[in-house]
Amino acid sequence: METSFHVNPVWIDLAYLLAACLFILGIMGLAHPRTAVRGNLLGALGMLIAAVVTLLARGLDFGVIVAGVLVGSLAGALLAYKIRMTAMPQMVALLNGFGGGASTLVAGAALAQTASPDLQSSVATAATGLVGAVTFWGSLVAFAKLQEFLVSGRQVLFGGQKALNALLGLASLLCCAWVVAEPTSAAAYCSLVAVASVLGVLLVIPIGGADMPVVISLLNSYSGIAGATSGFVLSNTVLIIAGALVGASGIILSRIMCKAMNRSLTNVLFGVLGPASGAASEDEVYAGKVKATSPEEVAMLLSGARRVVIVPGYGMAVAQAQHAVRSLANLIESKGAEVEFAIHPVAGRMPGHMNVLLAEADVPYDKLKEMDVINPSFPQTDVVLVIGANDVVNPLARTDPACPIAGMPILDVDKARTVVVIKRSLGPGFAGIPNPLFAADNALMLFQDGRKAIQDLIAAVKES
Amino acid sequence: MTLMLLLTIFVLAVFVGFEVITKVPPTLHTPLMSGSNAISGITIIGAILVATSSSGVLTKIAAFVAVAFAMINVVGGFLVTDRMLGMFRRKD
Repeated sequence: METSFHVNPVWIDLAYLLAACLFILGIMGLAHPRTAVRGNLLGALGMLIAAVVTLLARGLDFGVIVAGVLVGSLAGALLAYKIRMTAMPQMVALLNGFGGGASTLVAGAALAQTASPDLQSSVATAATGLVGAVTFWGSLVAFAKLQEFLVSGRQVLFGGQKALNALLGLASLLCCAWVVAEPTSAAAYCSLVAVASVLGVLLVIPIGGADMPVVISLLNSYSGIAGATSGFVLSNTVLIIAGALVGASGIILSRIMCKAMNRSLTNVLFGVLGPASGAASEDEVYAGKVKATSPEEVAMLLSGARRVVIVPGYGMAVAQAQHAVRSLANLIESKGAEVEFAIHPVAGRMPGHMNVLLAEADVPYDKLKEMDVINPSFPQTDVVLVIGANDVVNPLARTDPACPIAGMPILDVDKARTVVVIKRSLGPGFAGIPNPLFAADNALMLFQDGRKAIQDLIAAVKES
Repeated sequence: MTLMLLLTIFVLAVFVGFEVITKVPPTLHTPLMSGSNAISGITIIGAILVATSSSGVLTKIAAFVAVAFAMINVVGGFLVTDRMLGMFRRKD
């Protein structure tokens, strides 16, 4: 059954233009938390207009489209409402993947329908197949790693990895050439997608842990690029504009993340982060210098403090400690001290991960300070509470030019009067190096699970 | 439409993207990712276009999966972004 209206193509193009404007206005709205909700709604409105106009113009094929829309909407809504805020990196990884997968299928289906594709659409089809398949499989691997499902979340390394990737990269480029030379050949496109899929899996498998924010940003960018190239396949302007916006967004975010780790994109993607030779061993750094503390002692410190800074890390997300942290912050504030949160750009597993968790726990966003803003204030801070963060507060980054995190901008918590580190053990962070902060004269270690430690602290502060 | 025109649109859109996205503060970077993700679900247009003109069984299946994937992106992306942004707004 089909119902279609005769729509003048000019109206369709105008509607697409309106949709593109709404997308841009929507992202502009994200410039401030106050206008962000409306911005997101404007983006959604743009999407609705573009989709409805397309359906009106092309007729409603109830079989395929309605079924697809129902299944997709249901799955999307379920995901969006059920997902825990701590699992947001997985959610974004999964969404990136579906975007890439959809673009790959669109380009493939368009190819099958065109009798004699011109050079533009065959080149664009090849590009979409390559980028889309890499995005889809790469994102699924990223999801599995973040969920710690089947594969470990850390780095997975095996011999000949680089050579194999280079070979696959070359093979996928050859397949692209095949698609361009023989655009009507289904075998060519299927081979391209198959090779690119393996490449996507192998590119992401070795990357782990603290490098995840870069990978997710990059896959975000790829999903946009695949959308834009599928726009070239169909000669559709709104696809090109929206894809370009998303592509730019992902690239900007990856750049910010790389800068925050003082590493190049190539180093994150292909380099191996290992302990530097000749670096001090854990025993040399920690022996006899680490002071363990108790919740009661920390409570006493907190009751005498005028300024307290909390530094959250991935450990806070793992321990689901954000609500307890908020309660503790409120309690300290009620005793007259000033409390702020110091957010390192790569804390957590995706850009802005800590901000979302603390927002979920009702921490006002103006209490969350960026690294450059809060760093000068540490010498005037009485107590710093580090919760589940390690490499981003490691002073070796400043002092040891040979260590793997050399030159990475860090939060200067060691300059505060007292630093309390809440951590289960002295185990190293992602960079695999000891942290001299833990052995510093002004540092105290509270060895406990994050949430339990905060709850004990709350009880101790209430008693004091 | 000519390739040059489409390419021009693409390049200009990249510039617009860089301009507006650098203004998004780090605190909203996660909603930016999920929101821009929803926008990349614009592939739904492409999916609808191929679904309505497809004839073979295989292309119909591909179109169905493409529509479903793109809708997960659109609905999941916008809803989860709205849910997150609501948390940021509450404190005003």
